[in-house]
Amino acid sequence: MKYILMMTGKKSDFEGYARWSKEDLQANVAFMRAFSKELKDSGVFVSTEGLGWPSEAKLVRAGKNGEPITDGVFPESKEFLAGYWIIDVESPEQAYKIAARASQAPGAGGNLANMPIEVRPVLSGHADLGL
Amino acid sequence: MKYILLMSGTKAGVEGYHAWPKQDIEAHMAVLHRINKDLTESGEFVATQGLTGPGEAKVVRGEKNGVPVTDGIFPESKEFLLGYWIVEVPNAERAYAIAGRISAASLNMPIEVRQFAIH
Amino acid sequence: MADHPYDAPIEHLLRELAPQVLGAVARRFRDFSSAEDAAQEAMIAAFTQWPQEGVPENPRGWLIQVACRRMTDHVRSEIARRERETAVAAETENLASLHEIEADMDPDDTLVLLFMCCHPALTPSSAIALTLRAVGGLTTAEIANAFLVPEATMAQRISRAKQTIKASGAPFRLPSPHERTEHLPAVLHVLYLIFSEGYASSIGSHLQRLDLAREAIRLARNTKTLLPDNAEIAGLLALMLLTDARRAARTGPDEELIPLDKQDRCLWDRGEISEGIELLTAALAKGSVGLYQLQAAIAAVHDEAERAEDTDWPQILALYELLKRVSPSPMVTLNHAIAAAMVQGPAQGLQLLKALDTDPRIASHYRLDAVRAHLLEKIGDYEAAIEHYRVAAARTTSIPERNYLMTQAARLAGD
Repeated sequence: MKYILMMTGKKSDFEGYARWSKEDLQANVAFMRAFSKELKDSGVFVSTEGLGWPSEAKLVRAGKNGEPITDGVFPESKEFLAGYWIIDVESPEQAYKIAARASQAPGAGGNLANMPIEVRPVLSGHADLGL
Repeated sequence: MKYILLMSGTKAGVEGYHAWPKQDIEAHMAVLHRINKDLTESGEFVATQGLTGPGEAKVVRGEKNGVPVTDGIFPESKEFLLGYWIVEVPNAERAYAIAGRISAASLNMPIEVRQFAIH
Repeated sequence: MADHPYDAPIEHLLRELAPQVLGAVARRFRDFSSAEDAAQEAMIAAFTQWPQEGVPENPRGWLIQVACRRMTDHVRSEIARRERETAVAAETENLASLHEIEADMDPDDTLVLLFMCCHPALTPSSAIALTLRAVGGLTTAEIANAFLVPEATMAQRISRAKQTIKASGAPFRLPSPHERTEHLPAVLHVLYLIFSEGYASSIGSHLQRLDLAREAIRLARNTKTLLPDNAEIAGLLALMLLTDARRAARTGPDEELIPLDKQDRCLWDRGEISEGIELLTAALAKGSVGLYQLQAAIAAVHDEAERAEDTDWPQILALYELLKRVSPSPMVTLNHAIAAAMVQGPAQGLQLLKALDTDPRIASHYRLDAVRAHLLEKIGDYEAAIEHYRVAAARTTSIPERNYLMTQAARLAGD
C-alpha cells in the first residue's frame, strides 16, 4: 500500500528556515539524506521530492480562450507543500511509524523540529476483484 | 525541468464535486484521462497520483521515544491536497499551459504550480 | 521489456527455465540466496546475448554454467576475504561437470523454491516479489514496474526477503507431506495475491506493464503440474481462469469499472470458462472442499449464466453458506449478504450486514459501505444509498472504484 508523507509550511516557516544557522541546515539535510537512505535500505522507498520556494509558486486557471492565467498571490495562512515521501508499506501503522521518524528531523537551534507530517493513502489504479 | 501541479480542495468543495450530475462527473473523468494520455504520448508525463480524502489522513508527530502520535482532525476550511501531476517540460510556460488545461477541465479551480528543488 | 517481436519467445523460455536453473544451482551449492543472485545474472546475460548470438543448443545448460561460474567467483572472493575451511575450498575447486549437475536435478526443485519463497516469515509483498523472481523468472525491473516502485527498491525488498529466509535456516529440500499440507495455503495465497494485483490500470506507465494475472495463471499451472492430486491448487487455477475470462468486459474505454450485472457477456472468454469448469469439476470430484474450490464454484455459476438475470443465485447463496463454514472471513460474510439479498430480498441482505458493523476488520472498509449503498438503493432508500456511496468513494484507495462509486451516487442524486 502506498502512502504519501507530506511536510508543509506557511510562508513564514519557509522564511524562518532560510534564516537557520549553517550547522542547523546541514544537520537537517544530513538527517533527510539518512532518512531517505533508511527508506531505500528497507525496501519501502518509492519517491521523494523537495519543492521550490513558495515565492516561486503560481496558481493557474484557464482564461477565456484557454490561455493559462497565472497569479502568485496566496493568503499568509496558506500551508505550502515543502516536500514529500512516497512509501510502499504493508500497513498504515508502518506508515505512521515512518512518518514519526521523519518528524524527528532536527530543527532550528538543534532542537527537534517535531514537524507534523501529514500521512495519506495514495490511490492506485488497482481494481478490487471483490473475492 | 520538473514541475509539480497540485490540485487542492476543501471539504465543502469536494462535497460540491460529489453533487455534480453524473454526466458531468463522467465527462470530467474522461477529460482527465485524456490529458494523462496526451501527456504520456508527448513524453511530458512523469507521474500522477490521487490521494484519498482527508478522512483517511493522519497527522503524525514523533514522541521523544519515536512512538508516533496520530491525529486525524482537520478543520472544515482547511485546504487539502487532492492529487498532483508531475511533468517534465522545457520551461515554466509549458507547465502553466498544462495546469491551465487541468484547471479548465475542473470547473476552473486553481492549480498550484511548483518547480522541483534541484538536489 | 520485449520491444522486438523475436525477443518474446526468448523471454518466455527464460522465465520457464529460471526456476530450474536456480533449483539446480541452489541444490549444488546449498545456498539459495547466492544462487538466486547468480541465476538472475545468468538470465540477464542470456537476455543480452541470445537475441544477437542465437539461442544455444542447450539453453538450460548454458544458464546453469553461467550461474555456476558466478557462484564460484562469488565463493572464491568470499574465501579470499575470509578464511574458510579447506573442505569447502576443495569442494568448490572441484566444480562438477554440467552433466552431473543436470543429472542431479529434480523436477520437484521448483516446488521447493515455491515453498521457500512463500515462507511464513515473509511479509506478503516480500513473498510476492521473491516468488515472481525466483519461481516466475521475472527480472527485478519487470517486477518493480508491475508494482510501480523503483527498481532499486524492489531489488532491496528481494534481497531482504532472501536474508530472512537464510536467517530462518530453511534447508533446500522438499517439505515433508505434513509440512506441505501446512504451508500450501501460504503458497496459494501468494499466487492469489499476484493474480489480484494484475487488475490495475496502467495510466502513465512508461513500459508495457507485465501482465501479472497471466503470470499468476502460469505459476498456478506449473504448481498444479507439480501437485497433480491437490484439489485446492486446481481450484485456485480454476478460480483464476473463471475470473480472468471476464477481463475484457470488466472495464470500459476510459478504464471505468463495469459491474458484473452490466457486463457484455459476449466479451467473456469461453475457452477460459470451459477450462475453468473442467478443472473445477475434476477437483470437486476428489471429495474435499476448500476455499479456492468454493470461490471457483461461485465464479463458475456466474460464468455459466447467459444473462445476468439467468444467474442461479440460490446456488451461489448455498455456496457462500458453505464458504462461511469452511473459510469464514468478513469478506465472505459481505459477499454472502449480497447473495442473500438476491435470493431473499435486499432487506435481508442489509440485516446480515449489521453483524459486520462491529467487526473492526471490516467496519471501516469501503466495500461495506459500497454494498450497503447498493442494497439501500434496492429498497428505495435513495438518500441513505447516496450517503453510503459517497462514504465508500472517500474510503477506497482504488481510482476505478472511486470513480465508479462517485458516479453511482451522482446517478441517484440526479434522479
